[in-house]
Amino acid sequence: MTTTETIIRYVFLAAAACFVWGLHLMNSPATARRGNLLSAGAMTVAIGATAVLLAERGAVSATGWIVMLCGAAIGSAAGLYLARSVAMTSMPQLVSLFNAVGGGAAALIAVEHLLHAAGGESLGASITVPGALDIVIGAVTLTGSVVAAGKLQGIVPGRPIIFPGARVLNVVLGLSFVVGTVWLVAVPQSIGALVLLVVSASVFGVTMVLPIGGADMPVVISLLNAFTGTAVAMAGFVLGEVVLIVAGALVGASGAILTKLMADAMNRSIANIIIGGFGTGDGDA
Amino acid sequence: MSLDLLTAITVFVLAVLVGFEVISKVPATLHTPLMSGANSIHGIVVIGAMFISATADNAFGYVLAFVAMAFGAMNVVGGYVVTDRMLHMFRAKPGSDPSR
Repeated sequence: MTTTETIIRYVFLAAAACFVWGLHLMNSPATARRGNLLSAGAMTVAIGATAVLLAERGAVSATGWIVMLCGAAIGSAAGLYLARSVAMTSMPQLVSLFNAVGGGAAALIAVEHLLHAAGGESLGASITVPGALDIVIGAVTLTGSVVAAGKLQGIVPGRPIIFPGARVLNVVLGLSFVVGTVWLVAVPQSIGALVLLVVSASVFGVTMVLPIGGADMPVVISLLNAFTGTAVAMAGFVLGEVVLIVAGALVGASGAILTKLMADAMNRSIANIIIGGFGTGDGDA
Repeated sequence: MSLDLLTAITVFVLAVLVGFEVISKVPATLHTPLMSGANSIHGIVVIGAMFISATADNAFGYVLAFVAMAFGAMNVVGGYVVTDRMLHMFRAKPGSDPSR
């Protein structure tokens, strides 16, 4: 490891510590804003450090830099515009949308990493298992959060939507996750396994959220937020990056606690909400 | 960077425990801002997107990396800005309820 690389590892560690501290400060109204700014500052430094690390390694092609910069510019512009322009009352669905893209990014990272490795070295189960989990959780979050945002926005009807055969479909999708994961572990080069995982998880995200009533959406969004955290931690396992594991696991766990607090505040249990179908619709919250 | 699996799992488990402990008794008004704040933190995924942009070497890989970059950047930038807006509103009117 070069000196620069070592310094950057310490910068990542400092950023991870700031995420924990920032989240802690957000527990109280007096310090919440400072906590968010601390966390944002740490994120900026971590992203800058990653750019320095990649430049230092000198392994990035010109196309790679262009892809990175264009993607960052378009994503940032879209995020900034939406975050600034949306009405105060529409914020929960916007958070859900940002959560969706985060999950999507986590899933794409695993897909690209596994596809890329497919041409070269063979991957062990320590990469393919977290890779499969990353793809499943990330894709479920992507489509689930979009449906949740749609329900709050009124694009998707807020009432619980139940269709015949939904339970059977969910069992089939659950089996597909297991088959896809085993397939990927057995044949890490398999494109079929990747497609099966992505498609079944994307469908499951929709069938999971549709039967839940609109009034329960904030709890569901919080749960999907915890899912994304877990997916990001899995992406950390796939790439071998500690900072992704720490930040992802932190969000996964704190998001789970927050989901429970939100459900408690509504006098509902999480299981009761997720099974859905008899929850409250838009009107009678 | 190659990472020893045992070390990675150790870090994961300890970070999960920290995550459980870091959320204490949060007033209900802060539930949504806290959710939004946690949402911004998993925007760290953009770093992963940068790493795959660096290793991509074919057109399909670049497309995946580009979409992952755009998604990740949207998560980070939008997440922090919207959280700050929520908390700003919270401070401006202490009596109002920003959780809805």
